[in-house]
Amino acid sequence: MSQRIVVDPITRIEGHLRVEADIQNGKITDAFSSGTMVRGIEKILRGRDPRDAWAFVGRVCGVCTTVHSLASVRAVEDALDIVIPPNAELVRNIMFGTQYIHDHVVHFYHLHALDWVDVVSALKADPKKASEIAQSISNWPKSSPGYFSDLQKRLGSFVESGQLGIFANGYWGHPAYKLPPEVNLIAVAHYLEALEWQKEIVKVHTIFGGKNPHPNYLVGGMACSIGLDDVSAINAERLAYVGQLLEDAKEFVNQVYIPDLLAIAPYYLDWGGIGGGLGNYLVYGDLGANGYRDPSAYKFPAGAILNKDLSKVHEVDMRADAEIQEFIDNSWYEYPADAKGLHPWKGETDIKYTGPKPPFEHLDTKQKYSYLKTPRWKGNAMEVGPLARVLVGYASGREDFKAVVDSTLQKLNVPAAALFSTLGRTAARGLESILVADWTLEFYNQLISNIRNGDTRMANMDKFDPAKWPAKAQGVGHTEAPRGALGHWIVIEDQKIANYQLVVPTTWNASPRDGEGKQSAYESALMNTPVAKDQEPLEILRTIHSFDPCLACAVHLYDEEGKQVSRVKVL
Amino acid sequence: MSLRPTRASYYEELRQRGYSRRDFLKFCATVAAYLGLEASGVSQVAHALETKPRIPVIWLHFQECTCCSESFIRSSHPIVADILLDKLSLDYTETLMAASGHQAEKCMRDTMEKYKGEYVLCIEGSVPTEADGVYCMIGGRTSLDILKEVAAGAKAVIAWGSCASNGCVQSAKPNPTGATPIHKLLGGTTVIKVPGCPPIGEVMAGVLVHIITFGTIPELDGIGRPKAFYSKRVHDTCYRRPFYDAGLFVERFDDENAQKGYCLYKVGCKGPLTYNACGVTKWNNGTSFPIQSGHGCFGCSEEGYWDAGGLYLRAQPFPGFGIESDADKIGTAAAIATGVGIAAHAVMTNIRKSRLIKNLVEEGKEAEKEL
Repeated sequence: MSQRIVVDPITRIEGHLRVEADIQNGKITDAFSSGTMVRGIEKILRGRDPRDAWAFVGRVCGVCTTVHSLASVRAVEDALDIVIPPNAELVRNIMFGTQYIHDHVVHFYHLHALDWVDVVSALKADPKKASEIAQSISNWPKSSPGYFSDLQKRLGSFVESGQLGIFANGYWGHPAYKLPPEVNLIAVAHYLEALEWQKEIVKVHTIFGGKNPHPNYLVGGMACSIGLDDVSAINAERLAYVGQLLEDAKEFVNQVYIPDLLAIAPYYLDWGGIGGGLGNYLVYGDLGANGYRDPSAYKFPAGAILNKDLSKVHEVDMRADAEIQEFIDNSWYEYPADAKGLHPWKGETDIKYTGPKPPFEHLDTKQKYSYLKTPRWKGNAMEVGPLARVLVGYASGREDFKAVVDSTLQKLNVPAAALFSTLGRTAARGLESILVADWTLEFYNQLISNIRNGDTRMANMDKFDPAKWPAKAQGVGHTEAPRGALGHWIVIEDQKIANYQLVVPTTWNASPRDGEGKQSAYESALMNTPVAKDQEPLEILRTIHSFDPCLACAVHLYDEEGKQVSRVKVL
Repeated sequence: MSLRPTRASYYEELRQRGYSRRDFLKFCATVAAYLGLEASGVSQVAHALETKPRIPVIWLHFQECTCCSESFIRSSHPIVADILLDKLSLDYTETLMAASGHQAEKCMRDTMEKYKGEYVLCIEGSVPTEADGVYCMIGGRTSLDILKEVAAGAKAVIAWGSCASNGCVQSAKPNPTGATPIHKLLGGTTVIKVPGCPPIGEVMAGVLVHIITFGTIPELDGIGRPKAFYSKRVHDTCYRRPFYDAGLFVERFDDENAQKGYCLYKVGCKGPLTYNACGVTKWNNGTSFPIQSGHGCFGCSEEGYWDAGGLYLRAQPFPGFGIESDADKIGTAAAIATGVGIAAHAVMTNIRKSRLIKNLVEEGKEAEKEL
């Protein structure tokens, strides 16, 4: 007999996620992923000024801050055929590169590490040995025996106080934790250092966008004018500040994040064979070396991989009616009777909760069970995110991807097949951080070079006035958000938003199964995962966290009629 | 590992970690300076930290985007690692806590039982009230249900950000889920509102530091915001204000005036109607703030700002600004008067600007003659 376990709330993620899993003989035999919060942003957007949309959709997520604003201004610029100046492209790329590095480091240390790192075990470490290990894997200066000994004392008195705060009731001592105490201590040290560091790197957003989280964007370019002779504008001091922050970020990635990843991974190589899931990967591509409008020069190439077949990268067309569609067979929404899958430009949804009346113990997973819709590409369930990007880059024959992937496989002495796994997903996030840190500096140098050559344009305001717009227009904007492929589709009529639809990374990954019973990425990846103690589902967290869930992004709704959602009769 | 009922004070902890009393007093002086206290305040801070154990905090997440949590971890003084390890005991926060599921729920329950009447409740997000609350459920319970239970035993309630303070984006028309700010659901309880999307990290830390240090909630204005951070308009603390007064405006983004850092009022800046600390505290340890980076303030800390007519329209009074109490009615009148005043002011300054330009031209001619 299988046993149904519930993990809700899943913590160390953004938003509200619930997982129910059936366990038999210590392995997961079935899994259900459910988003349990909804806000209705798309519906709120109807009838509003398209130039304002970036601010509304920016508030979809404060962890993936900037990503929705960027996709939004691109969608509007696509609809209205606005070409933005090269400097604005570069500033957007620099801000986006910053976002990747910030997000991936915070994910690794603050959201994911405690699945692998036993904080309490760090108290048993020998600081001298920890120092030796730290110095053998990196040149990072904070690595003396005294440093680790002080930290251990601090940790000790924290635990002594009896108030464990965020570390209370963790799964400490769980048999699935494998690291020696010294590596645990190093990881805890870097947990705290990363917490302090992450507030620095985001200053790139503050300089160009005025604040972080939620920096400001602008349809037509960026609002941060370049003015080398003015204290208020982007001048030599501001540019030097950005340059310094990017250098520091690269240093942190290469001297702390990656060495830690490579020090922890060898203890968990079995996870190179667990949590693979679908084997289908989707990437829209981003970070254009020649601007957003030239996909051939994207640093992250676009494409799809099916059935782990790296010999073929399929083309993806976000505008084609039959390629990307959303389904609601297991989602708490309604479609008109004849509609099955809908392309986002035609997206039409009305919320209708039909789950159990709270408080409840279990969802009825034989019926609809999530506020997430189910997106499909040509009918296929797809995984999106760092692993998808790294695989598509690798399969596209790009040397930079090959270099980081092959050297890592060699260092860990694992075959390429280990990439299709929970460990592969976590490693891919680190590997692309190495690349992004380099690329972001390239974009920065390009920006400096443009300014040196006399181009200081930052915004194209020629079509900012709605009077110059056509009566009807539609556009699509995409990015590769840290968590994966993100698309925004907009329809503009009479200078107002007539339809706005987001299909976001976590919707691809965390959605419920489709009408044919095909699972999406989370559910598929959880299948056959071993669970040592069903009351302490550490293994479930490992695989779910390897996707870096972001639920606020994933859940949204839009109502074609613009009518008030009626009060739902609960069962 | 179980929680012990007795808690060490900050002073005791610092001593255990090998800091001297001199170090401790230095730290107190920094805190006192940060809070804007006179020298006599140092002893008050020292006394508070010597005798108070770490305050337990429960931080709930409802309809939100986690930008408030992200902003909080951006705080540079104090830094968040120190807040988490030394200053308070963050016993429940879905963003950072190690435990999930049942173990997470147990953390909350333990704190609610052991520290009844002592813990601080922080809320990030609004609460959906439509459809019996099913639009936000955690652990099979509605957010409404959880809020009422946890708030009952709290020593103080903080509404982080605009979602919890005024409903923010999900409460913009037509508010499909009935997103409701916290104070409307906790009748009779004082709710400290810290609005903004998100609030500035150092402001969030500052509110907590005030509670830790003085054991009282900070002084609040008529609608529940700490006066320390929300008593001045962005316009009145803006370094570009002299350009407004001189009638020198950015006419469109990235024009010559934008490159000179002139006032952004004409391209939609809502600084004249927005109460927040951005002009003084700035963002991310004083690095910049929206206006300094060339985009107008859009009033993210004001109620109803999403329905205030658009980001790029010239400032108008926000609908919904203070509609709930007598004191707030005065606020509404003041806001409308401000709106009218702004328009009149802009006209006047433009006249003054043309005079200024005329004078400059004439001065130039005089100078040419002299040459």
